[in-house]
Amino acid sequence: MALDDLKTKDFAFVGTRPNRPDGLDKVTGRAKFGADAYAPGMLHGAILRSPHAHARILRIDTSKAEALKDVKAVVTRADFSDKVEFAPGLEGEFWNVLENVMAGDKALYDGHAVAAVAATSALAARDALKLIEVEYEILPHVTDVDKAMLADAPVIREGAADYSVPAGMHPNVVRMHESGHGDVAAGFAEADLVIEDHFTTEATHQGYIEPHACLATLGMDGKGELWCCTQGHWIVQKTCAALLGIETANLRVTASEIGGGFGGKTTVFIEPVALALSRKANKPVKLVMSRSEVFRATGPTASASMDIKIGMKKDGTLTAAEGIFRLQGGAFPGGPAEFTAMCAFAPYSLSNVRQVGYDVMTNRPKQAAYRAPGSPMAAFAVESVIDELCNQLGLDPIEVRLKNASREGTKASYGPRFQQIGLVQTLEAAKAHPHLSAPLKPGQGRGISCGFWFNHGGETSVSLALSEDGSAQVMVGTPDIGGSRASMALMAAEVLGIPYENIRVTIADTATLGYNDVSHGSRVTYASGLATIKAARHAVEKLCERAAKKWGIPVDAVKWENGCAVPSGPNAGDFDPLPLADITANMGQTGGPISGHFEATPEGAGVSFATHIVDAEVDPETGKTRVVRYTVIQDAGKAIHPTYVEGQYQGGAAQGIGWALNEEYIYGEDGRLQNSVFLDYRIPVASDLPMIDTVIVEVPNPGHPFGVRGVGETSICPPLAAIANAVSAAAGVRMRNLPMSPPRILSALKADG
Amino acid sequence: MNYHSPASFAEASRIAADASGITRFLAGGTDVLVQLRADIVTPDTLIDIKKIPGTGAITRNADGSWTLGVAVPGAELGEHAGLVADWPGVVEAMNLVGSTQVQGRATLTGNLCNGSPAADSVPAMVAASMTATVTGPNGDRTVAVRDIPTGPGKTSLAKGELVSALHIPPRGENAGDAYLRFIPRSEMDIAVVGCAVNLRLDGDTVVEARVSLGAVAPTVLLVEDAAAAIIGSTLDDAALDRLAAAASAACKPINDKRGTIEFRTEVAGVLAKRVARIAYARAKGEIIKGHHG
Ligand SMILES: Cc1cc2nc3c(=O)[nH]c(=O)nc-3n(C[C@H](O)[C@H](O)[C@H](O)COP(=O)(O)OP(=O)(O)OC[C@H]3O[C@@H](n4cnc5c(N)ncnc54)[C@H](O)[C@@H]3O)c2cc1C
Repeated sequence: MALDDLKTKDFAFVGTRPNRPDGLDKVTGRAKFGADAYAPGMLHGAILRSPHAHARILRIDTSKAEALKDVKAVVTRADFSDKVEFAPGLEGEFWNVLENVMAGDKALYDGHAVAAVAATSALAARDALKLIEVEYEILPHVTDVDKAMLADAPVIREGAADYSVPAGMHPNVVRMHESGHGDVAAGFAEADLVIEDHFTTEATHQGYIEPHACLATLGMDGKGELWCCTQGHWIVQKTCAALLGIETANLRVTASEIGGGFGGKTTVFIEPVALALSRKANKPVKLVMSRSEVFRATGPTASASMDIKIGMKKDGTLTAAEGIFRLQGGAFPGGPAEFTAMCAFAPYSLSNVRQVGYDVMTNRPKQAAYRAPGSPMAAFAVESVIDELCNQLGLDPIEVRLKNASREGTKASYGPRFQQIGLVQTLEAAKAHPHLSAPLKPGQGRGISCGFWFNHGGETSVSLALSEDGSAQVMVGTPDIGGSRASMALMAAEVLGIPYENIRVTIADTATLGYNDVSHGSRVTYASGLATIKAARHAVEKLCERAAKKWGIPVDAVKWENGCAVPSGPNAGDFDPLPLADITANMGQTGGPISGHFEATPEGAGVSFATHIVDAEVDPETGKTRVVRYTVIQDAGKAIHPTYVEGQYQGGAAQGIGWALNEEYIYGEDGRLQNSVFLDYRIPVASDLPMIDTVIVEVPNPGHPFGVRGVGETSICPPLAAIANAVSAAAGVRMRNLPMSPPRILSALKADG
Repeated sequence: MNYHSPASFAEASRIAADASGITRFLAGGTDVLVQLRADIVTPDTLIDIKKIPGTGAITRNADGSWTLGVAVPGAELGEHAGLVADWPGVVEAMNLVGSTQVQGRATLTGNLCNGSPAADSVPAMVAASMTATVTGPNGDRTVAVRDIPTGPGKTSLAKGELVSALHIPPRGENAGDAYLRFIPRSEMDIAVVGCAVNLRLDGDTVVEARVSLGAVAPTVLLVEDAAAAIIGSTLDDAALDRLAAAASAACKPINDKRGTIEFRTEVAGVLAKRVARIAYARAKGEIIKGHHG
């Protein structure tokens, strides 16, 4: 749905690069993160975790821990609501979350919480855990997605599959998605070359710097306060209330500053546990995860096993595409199989396409969103095959992508027709970029890839209040995970016509603003931005009313220009412009405080595409890869604050480099996670990365007043494929399994002879 | 936990000899304190050796040998021009440990006594024929560095014994040493394979060599076949190939999260060649700055 009042040029504030409002606090250490909260009489919590991948919990004896003087409460599953009901698939998501934050009958993965303690110090709590006795009956486990689908695989939980799964599949397959159009068999028959191949990716973690942390207070009266590090405090409020069996409104949740989330902080892990401990101890309880707990027991992304088949004509025309995607999402439904399937072929206009996704459970932690959940792995598989088709047919990879690119009006592989989109523009920009024609050194290879993400709208509320001196405060409900306060202030400044510095944007708590969906789906600058613009326009309407009243003319004879009310035309009367601050100065006497509001679920998020170009160098003797040059080209619709848009582009590429080259969850035969610290979970360090160049393409999104599309997630869609194509070119062998770690590359080189 | 900061090694030894339970010496603490905080090892007795006079000293002796105090951090080794000129391999190996922050604390002695098979400085110390003075209840003894680690997390030091100084022999003429490690990243990682070479030339010919490997066996390896492969050669391609083969043949690695058996075995040979070339160039008087990975 296009907005009739789309503004795409002549901006005064939008598109500038002022300092972020939270910048000083963050560089001076004054910003308060999750673990920075303290309360009088506060206790420290610690969580006992299963060392087993799969085990029945026969008995938990907490008596020795409870006997300690420093221990004030011990909780197990019995201390949570018994009203939360199990249901298949995602229907019973509260039950799934409850089961994940505190095990019931079975421990389902290494690291699964089984009990928790609150004590007078963090050390005392940690030591008390050692006195809790748990008797386990160890069960067979499975951590690999393909093995979990085999007939003899241990069943994680009977009855978890929903209606979408056909009869006869293993009970670990809990959801299935199938979509497409045309006749793929006929399409393959038309092709001059058909390539069919198999690809895998490993689970990776978002790797946010800040571990989960919270401070919880829940009184006997059922009223609670929760301070926590989250991407969305209303979902925390709703979920915790359900899990604790209290009314939502009785729990007030405040979001701390956040040290990264990338999707991993869109759900709860420790918050309900801290609340349960607080309720039992009748004291505030602080819980802070260690890094090892973060790896073992929060939500990494899904791992994937994928089969891709694509047909191409000699001239590069794609004739058909088919993909089967198996996503491993841990011991619960929710692996993003449908997103993987739907994103896989979205960049291309295809007459014949079919995609199938399976959501598969294993004995691993419950996956969580990670930047465009499901899309990067799909792009890896699909874009690798397209690269191989281009190689074998001797075609230019950019020209082939341009030839087949989705455009306005294309029927998307996943169903709808695309509106105004920017894929072609990113490809044209890639073609024109000096990177694409720069010479490569021996041992280097170049790869490109496109990527796609839907973007999201979601429930949104914003309030904007004017002060007597003409400054403005904006209350938004989406935690600032990427500089969004700066973008909100710029958009409000644009509408109100007052300086950026005179606008303070606050992330309001759950008690002071209406419901807001999480900061996810690249929705914040789009949805909270749209709501901020609308709230500011609402305030402007009231400002115009006051001017009309003062001038004694009808309100429709007044318009708003450069921060002033002015007569809308010569016939409206001859009045001097009335600045905002002159109206607010005595607003108490002219009708009361002036505020603007907006609440809605905007649905015009506008999909987004990117094209990445990567040069990689492979040491043929050790298999070690260095990314030597990287260019991100992505459609932002409209870059409100270009620096923070570039930051999102670079961040996605940096995380993609880690995912492609060295990051992986490594499980032992015993089903235990082997590498739960940053030493062995090999996220890139600064010196591993080249400067990541960015190009912002702007094809306005008709669904946002200023044309914004979300940019946070699309940036991680192309990297896996672009890097794999570059590494495959450099090494001279096709790399089909991520991560492309040195041992894997070296053995591929050896196998190739 | 009891914390002590004795004023002499004899006193430190006595405290350790009398202690029960788990004892740790506190040099830089970059292993001890990390293990404590991660709930891996909580010592009953912690003996800080940094207050003992002389533990921070780097001394060049009259015969050209060096004596290093047991609390000298990596950063100070790296800033000591004389030591870097004599033993660039030992210094670069220690300087690879951790980050700038870790370098301000971490010591050679701690790296050695922590007993990690992947410890970076240990192959370089072994290639350099370094020795340690060990103080114990019965006085001092001198031990080859090579004989201190006995397995992952284990050393040959008896109860009540601690290292009280490290010694590097005189450098002598026409000699050079070097260390390289393989890590998948560019820094802040643990060696998948480490290799040190220390050699001496007569003209263009290698006349003495020591080759050692880390992270490919339960303890550091001194590979005599690898040294023999290059002694008498001018480090020509054939000699380098023999060196690589001998280094790979000596490996007894495991498959783990950091690398596979095949990978470690193969890369040990690759690194041996690369390290030998650097040591050779240094023996010829070239200045080659420390490498990372
Ligand atoms: C972030 C980080 C990165 C790291 N990176 C690396 C790396 O790249 N390569 C690497 O090899 N290591 C690395 N380490 C491990 C560690 O820094 C090194 O092993 C370091 O050299 C230990 O020295 P230390 O002085 O801090 O030892 P400490 O922690 O003080 O002691 C270590 C051990 O030595 C014993 N000890 C200390 N002094 C004596 C003595 N005089 N006599 C007998 N025993 C003694 C202690 O009892 C203890 O068991 C890293 C550590 C961290 C935290």
